[in-house]
Amino acid sequence: MSFWQRVKRDRVLLAMLAPGFLFFLVFCYGALFGDIVAFEDYQPYTGFLDSAWTGLQNFSAVFADAVFWHAVRNTLVINIVALVLCFPAPLALALMLNSILNGKVRKFVQSVVYLPHFIGWTIIVALFEEVLGSGGAFTHLESALGLGHWSPMYSDAFFPFLLALESIWKDCGWGTIIFLAALMNIEPALYEAAALDGAGRWHRFKSVTLPSVMPVTMLLLILRLGTLLASGFQQILLQQGNVSLSASQVIDTYVYSQGIAEGNWGQAGAIALAETVVGLALVLGANKVAHFFGQDGFYRRES
Amino acid sequence: MRADTDLRPAPTAAPDGVPSPAPPASRRRANAPRRPLWQEKPSLFGLSAKTITIVVISILVLYPFLAVLGTSLSSEAEIAQHGGLVLWPAHPTLAAYRMIFTGSVVTRAVVVSLAITLAGTALSLLITVPMAYALAQKRLVGRRFFLMTALFTMMFNPGIIANFLLVSNLGLSNSYWSLILPSLVSAFNLVILRSFFMGLPQELYDSASIDGAGDLRMMLQLAIPLSKGVIAVVTLFTAVGYWNEWFNALLYLNDSTKWPLAYVLRFYVDSGQSLVPPAVTADAGIAPQAVSMATVVVSVVPIVLLYPFLQRYFTRGVLTGAIKG
Repeated sequence: MSFWQRVKRDRVLLAMLAPGFLFFLVFCYGALFGDIVAFEDYQPYTGFLDSAWTGLQNFSAVFADAVFWHAVRNTLVINIVALVLCFPAPLALALMLNSILNGKVRKFVQSVVYLPHFIGWTIIVALFEEVLGSGGAFTHLESALGLGHWSPMYSDAFFPFLLALESIWKDCGWGTIIFLAALMNIEPALYEAAALDGAGRWHRFKSVTLPSVMPVTMLLLILRLGTLLASGFQQILLQQGNVSLSASQVIDTYVYSQGIAEGNWGQAGAIALAETVVGLALVLGANKVAHFFGQDGFYRRES
Repeated sequence: MRADTDLRPAPTAAPDGVPSPAPPASRRRANAPRRPLWQEKPSLFGLSAKTITIVVISILVLYPFLAVLGTSLSSEAEIAQHGGLVLWPAHPTLAAYRMIFTGSVVTRAVVVSLAITLAGTALSLLITVPMAYALAQKRLVGRRFFLMTALFTMMFNPGIIANFLLVSNLGLSNSYWSLILPSLVSAFNLVILRSFFMGLPQELYDSASIDGAGDLRMMLQLAIPLSKGVIAVVTLFTAVGYWNEWFNALLYLNDSTKWPLAYVLRFYVDSGQSLVPPAVTADAGIAPQAVSMATVVVSVVPIVLLYPFLQRYFTRGVLTGAIKG
């Protein structure tokens, strides 16, 4: 059947697909054209086409800016703290949930821990502000115990840990879903056989449970590494006013303040473009690593 | 697969002659949870450690919600007495709610948020479901191209600057469309729906096709009714996304009368500004904190109301998306 005959046969399907396809073209690929400003001295009233071309000048200006490198450092620190603290938490929680035998109790705990995932960052920041902030329960407890006036919400040094804490509160329960599925798929016969061979509780955990969740753990870890530069933007932007800029300025907030707030479009566009490229490279690289370990990764390997 | 309700393999009957570490059935209480045969009875220490962990985790999650609810219902004197948060107000009062719902900025924001959420979710489903259905049909011409175009967007993000320039050049600034359009279709939801449509037996489609059903009819009368659960999950994800939307409002809406609730929350509560002029709250004897907390409660309530209805579909939806990519 020729191409046009197939188009004619599938015209209903193509019509179903068209609006969504148009969305991706305009809002994902079309938006990429906006990154042209990285190579221009963009003036909003002059437009893309008539603004002066500056070549790579925007990039060199950014890379010469000490504030930018400080933001890069903060981004890495915040994300590495988040990775170390937030990544193992869902696995631990999943193992705990899996060990609850009573169906009703387990269902209740699962309902509770999944809930925060659906709460938006503006609400979460408000909640944390109330509990840990200046007028909140934590300060009250501190003064009741005579422990001084240290506040986790306004401390520069604590900022990465505060972000990690909030992330754990929001998404740790949600993250257990995939681990629980892996645990559920373990063949009970394996445990039975191990127990018959005299393996105790710890031994069964080490030689049956852990190997069974290892593949999905590795996969999630690799994918998480792929987003090392681009996480927590909304969360950080919401709380930037609480701490000093030197602790909270990350690449994304730098782009935001340069571009949207100060109208320095060219330089902001240059970093945004660089970040897109680095992010893409990280995801593709992480995917290659996943394939290397025999995992499907983000997309399936062509075989 | 009801993975969320039954994650544990059913206990198997003991084969004859195999020594079993489990206590004899007669000694077990009738309603005690059934323990797999290979597992030892837990020690008292292990059991209590686990119970404490469960209780602590549940409290850590639920405490902020309850404290915010309690504070929103408290009077100024009570909040001052408890040093900020009141878990269980002795004399609950709805004064703070009455204040934010009598023509304040919150009233408007709730209406805006509800409208954006309803319109955005409806439009999003109207576009995502047919696209997912079309991409699930193996014979579709150019299927690979369309699929890759959509999937590739999961791997890159044009960035704030590019998005901002696009939206302003499309003339959407300061209009409600700037909250709806940029997040209309998500590749992730598309993948979830498509995998589910592909998982339906091909014979169903074949027999419907022999009976003379076209693609549109098959989608409406066959595929969609069979996928209610997954569609419910995608609906929840989309609706929650719109309900919590504040960043696009920050970028595009200068006109404060158009602000959605999440942005009002950020503007007044998170940044520590008072929602209602202090003079007004002082006159009425209402703590500004109670007003803020009432706003938080109003933002959380729709999510908590939807939650029980959709919860049982979560696991299936998430796993379909994660595994069959």
